[in-house]
Amino acid sequence: MTATAASVPARRPTNRLWSRILVYALLVFFSVLFLLPVYMVIVTSFKGTAEVNISTMWQFPQALSFDAWRTAYERLAPGLTNSFLLVVPATVISAVLGSLNGYVLSKWKFPGANIIFPLMLFGMFIPYQAILIPLVQFMSSVGLFNSLPGLILVHVVYGLPITTLIFRNYYAEVPDELLEAAAIDGAGFFGLYMKIVLPISLPGFVVVIIWQFTQIWNEFLFAVTVAQNTPMVTVALQNLSGSQIVQWNVQMAAAFLAAVPTLIVYVLLGRYFIRGLLAGSVKG
Amino acid sequence: MHNRRDRLIAVLMVLPSIVLLAIFVYGFIAITAQTSMTDSNAMQRLSRLPANFIGLQNYTDLFSGPLDTRFRVGIVNTVFFTAIFITVCLVLGMLLAVLLDQKIRGESVFRTIFLFPMALSFVVTGVVWKWLFNPNSGINYLPTVIGLPPAQFRWFISEDRILEFNWQDLPTILAVIALSAAAMFTLWFAVKRKSRPAIYGFVIVMILSFLIFSGATGSMNALPNPEQHGFNLALIAVVVAAGWQMCGYTMAMYLAGLRGVSEELREAARVDGASEFGVYRHVVFPLLAPITLSAIIILGHISLKIFDLVYVMGGGDNLRIDMPGLNMFFETFRGQNFGRGAAIAMVMLLLVAVVIVPYLVNSFRSEAKRS
Repeated sequence: MTATAASVPARRPTNRLWSRILVYALLVFFSVLFLLPVYMVIVTSFKGTAEVNISTMWQFPQALSFDAWRTAYERLAPGLTNSFLLVVPATVISAVLGSLNGYVLSKWKFPGANIIFPLMLFGMFIPYQAILIPLVQFMSSVGLFNSLPGLILVHVVYGLPITTLIFRNYYAEVPDELLEAAAIDGAGFFGLYMKIVLPISLPGFVVVIIWQFTQIWNEFLFAVTVAQNTPMVTVALQNLSGSQIVQWNVQMAAAFLAAVPTLIVYVLLGRYFIRGLLAGSVKG
Repeated sequence: MHNRRDRLIAVLMVLPSIVLLAIFVYGFIAITAQTSMTDSNAMQRLSRLPANFIGLQNYTDLFSGPLDTRFRVGIVNTVFFTAIFITVCLVLGMLLAVLLDQKIRGESVFRTIFLFPMALSFVVTGVVWKWLFNPNSGINYLPTVIGLPPAQFRWFISEDRILEFNWQDLPTILAVIALSAAAMFTLWFAVKRKSRPAIYGFVIVMILSFLIFSGATGSMNALPNPEQHGFNLALIAVVVAAGWQMCGYTMAMYLAGLRGVSEELREAARVDGASEFGVYRHVVFPLLAPITLSAIIILGHISLKIFDLVYVMGGGDNLRIDMPGLNMFFETFRGQNFGRGAAIAMVMLLLVAVVIVPYLVNSFRSEAKRS
């Protein structure tokens, strides 16, 4: 043991240099691997229809063509609009409800709350196929089938578990003493919420809004069953890609367009995105 | 601190959410369960006839009906896909996290690159990878960039299948696995702990095995004809696409865990003579075990119910990459066989519940202990 310990310092500098090089080489290698699809999407989308050729697939376009982008945008525009109309209200409503629920479940624990909360959480793990048939029946019986408000309702309800979870864990960090002090000054349920809890909730809201925005924007199963006639962006993209006649350059441009809103959010607010991601694994 | 009126308001504020989830989750699951025991279909709905109660017929058909091969293909695909997908995500996620943990310059750039696919829809991923997996271009033609011949694998339309087995043998295979596990377990207890019940248990397992394999094997085949299943190599394409999207997730989980391992602890191990690899092997990895379990459960429940990705890549016609989620969708919304669709959905729910329920129970039991 002493012999190896003595020989280590002499060996270390070159060893360290090589291991550093290896680490960076691996990181660059994996980065290239992860970005390959992005390269392919961009290169293909700027090719003219005549140039989308299998043998030159990996090469740069010879002349920049925006035709594919124009076509893709025309085909996807209604879906993009519908998705925005869906995602804004659904995200806001589920965030507000989640905040209230989280406030109650962390600071106003009622008898049985510790049993009800896990039962609520189960709702975010179920395969939605297990509720789809009654859901479609219910939606048509109340006249919400194939409508934007119907889909908003669906996303609000099935978003409740995760938004409640994130806020509950977030508010659990707020010391009870803070609330007690204000309660002595006469603040009630809403007073405490408005004066103490809401003003410090901004990071929680950012996490929840980003999470719900991404989830709802990207969602496909509800969109394709509950609101077929008001196609969301994912359904529009699938329709475009599923029809054999649409050229690959158009498909790639459309895929890029569909991804842009969530990618912007991710690049600008990645830190909060990761927090939402990790909150999904229950333990906050 | 809280007076009674405010407590009442608090309960009233969560009540709508609780009621909504009670109906939309548990109520609807109950209706699905009920539908799954009927022969409900479009004809009855249109003519307003009540559906007939047929008990567990739909379920027995799914597992042993000659016409329901598609469901069995989907289940087998799901098992193989889940196993490989989770392994890939864990190994690659851990590798990337450890690499990023080496005090890297530009760490946030690398992290952003590995994690951005998580922000995409499975639909986008599916469309992009369908193009990349086109057998006559895409990935296969990547070697031609440096002058090599193109690769020949046909990705998601590959017809190849390995690890084949006959569905009729499945009860026997499962029985062998279960009995050997039980035998090993009881034997271990009997020898190591010298426990008397374990010895009895081992004897019972042995007798049971003898009974089953001496006479009953033939009678377990509910399926009339042999039916070959196995690992469809086309699934590799789905694993690559899903792994590309989800690896960043395990990386983020592991990285958060690695950051929680204090530098003092690592330094202490180094002082004791551990190599850099030894520090990970003996100090860091054991501390990450709970994260691995969480990751397996989260990834597992995603892969068990995967739908969008295979819908986009396979379009519902490519049975090589079919999954129960897809099967349920086509059975219900194209075939209008609501009873059958509901039964598939219930099997999916059961698979997910087996993974998720113990996890939730465990999380909240330990939380209750802490507070």
